[in-house]
Amino acid sequence: MNIETNIKTLIVKKPLKLDCGKTIKDFPIAYETYGSLNSKKDNAILVFHALTGDQFVTGLNPMTKKDGWWSYAVGPDKAIDTNKYFVICSNVIGGCMGSYGPSHINPDTKNIFGTNFPVITINDIVNAQYSLLDHFGIDKLFSITGGSMGGMQVLQFISNFPDKSKTVVPIATTSSHSAQNIAFNELGRQAITADSNWNDGNYSSKNINPGKGLAVARMAAHITYLSKKGLQEKFGRKLQEREDLKFGFDADFQIESYLRYQGSVFVDRFDANSYLYITRAMDYFDLAKQFNGNLSNAFKNTKAKFFIISFTSDWLYPTQENKDIVIALNSIGADVGFVEIESDKGHDSFLLDVPDFLSALKNFLDKSYIEN
Amino acid sequence: MKNEFKVIADLIEKDKKVLDVGCADGTLMKFLKEHKNIKIRGLEISKNKVQECISKGLTVIEGNAEKDLKQFPDKSFDYVVLSQTLQAFLNPELVLNELLRVGKKAIVTIPNFGYWKVRFHLLFRGTMPITKTLPDEWYNTPNLHMCTIKDFVTFVKSRDIKIFKSLALNNLNTSSINENNLIFKNLFADLGIFLIEK
Repeated sequence: MNIETNIKTLIVKKPLKLDCGKTIKDFPIAYETYGSLNSKKDNAILVFHALTGDQFVTGLNPMTKKDGWWSYAVGPDKAIDTNKYFVICSNVIGGCMGSYGPSHINPDTKNIFGTNFPVITINDIVNAQYSLLDHFGIDKLFSITGGSMGGMQVLQFISNFPDKSKTVVPIATTSSHSAQNIAFNELGRQAITADSNWNDGNYSSKNINPGKGLAVARMAAHITYLSKKGLQEKFGRKLQEREDLKFGFDADFQIESYLRYQGSVFVDRFDANSYLYITRAMDYFDLAKQFNGNLSNAFKNTKAKFFIISFTSDWLYPTQENKDIVIALNSIGADVGFVEIESDKGHDSFLLDVPDFLSALKNFLDKSYIEN
Repeated sequence: MKNEFKVIADLIEKDKKVLDVGCADGTLMKFLKEHKNIKIRGLEISKNKVQECISKGLTVIEGNAEKDLKQFPDKSFDYVVLSQTLQAFLNPELVLNELLRVGKKAIVTIPNFGYWKVRFHLLFRGTMPITKTLPDEWYNTPNLHMCTIKDFVTFVKSRDIKIFKSLALNNLNTSSINENNLIFKNLFADLGIFLIEK
């Protein structure tokens, strides 16, 4: 990977005290921007990526040579219109697309961190990203948005920095990771650590890779991003390039072949230790707990305008968990709108071409920007 | 904008905080926001209508008045508006109590089942009445608990709810309802508008 040529990096000099107690400093945050910052610097939108996303929101991802993860939503004339807005996205710390993470060198030992990288939280992730505002000289963002783990960062960001964004758009997310979600993440981590190539996290120095474990983790997770109906309609019991069952354990069914493919391409672009660290950050996320069990208190200092979006077929971050955020905001009289979008594409709906979702997002942003 | 909304808007002073329950496409909300500088919120059950409101830049929560009003704190709005929807709830009394809890005052409008055209329709045709304010057939109407202006007045009085203003609407004519003309208004108004408080 020619990291140096394709990845823009900001070195954060200021020490950052992490929730685990350790302090990091002089660490890199890899970021990308789209559109241009206007002279008043009031058109910036900070986008937060989900578990396996990165800073390459739209257009061609120079590392994977595929479309950016939010290409449907972000770009010229799209829902997040880059003709109008300046979009910033950075790779989370703990990640593997240039930001400080377990594949970096530990300055103390001069070896690759592996599992010696400090365990990070969503709070640490957004605190690290805050440096980008200073870097661009932005006093107040026009909006912050993201889906799934991106939504968690949205909630944490506005809680930590209540006057730093005019609008706030958490999508298909939760304020507290549920037991079911922790369970799925643990399944993924167990798959990785059960791969003998994981080697307690020391694999890159030995030129091995726990690819099988990481692929299984991805396959299991991928199922949770789709709906039963969506899977049934797309794959049903269709067979993979064969007329009949083969009475063996090859991929007889299309769904098996599809999942194997998803697993194999994921391994090429993602680091197993990063998967452990980021899923852990999600599991530790409980915004209400940070405020003695009262979620409303997380938002009591902000005057931002919220718009929360969920999807009917999302069973990973179901509507009720999104509504809990709406309820917490209403109970303190915050400015909050909410819509549940009809879609059978499951949790992944926010990444896909779901016209009702994209138009709601566009309308909210564009109308709020006019009132700006 | 329909006359009913003009009358409702006239009942609300400038710069107030208002919740429009069942705000539909946001016509009233938009008017209140633009002409009276109202801090306006909507609650709407239909996804399509929520989308329309968003496209108008209005703050709307998709939800069901029978379940979702409870998230709003006591007296958190100066006015809560409920236009021609009370009769469509499974439990109108519960919703009315919630409106009066959430709002310092509530503005409730009801299609009047005592309107002479409604009475005539049933009396002479012997079929369920269809009028401008009651446009649906018996089998597809959302209305579960129709009442007359008189019914509503009797009901709120029995629940110790204060009526500040009762208005009768007949096409473009608006008039006040009082104890002396109640029987008359109950016959000639197709819509009743009530400003109430508890």
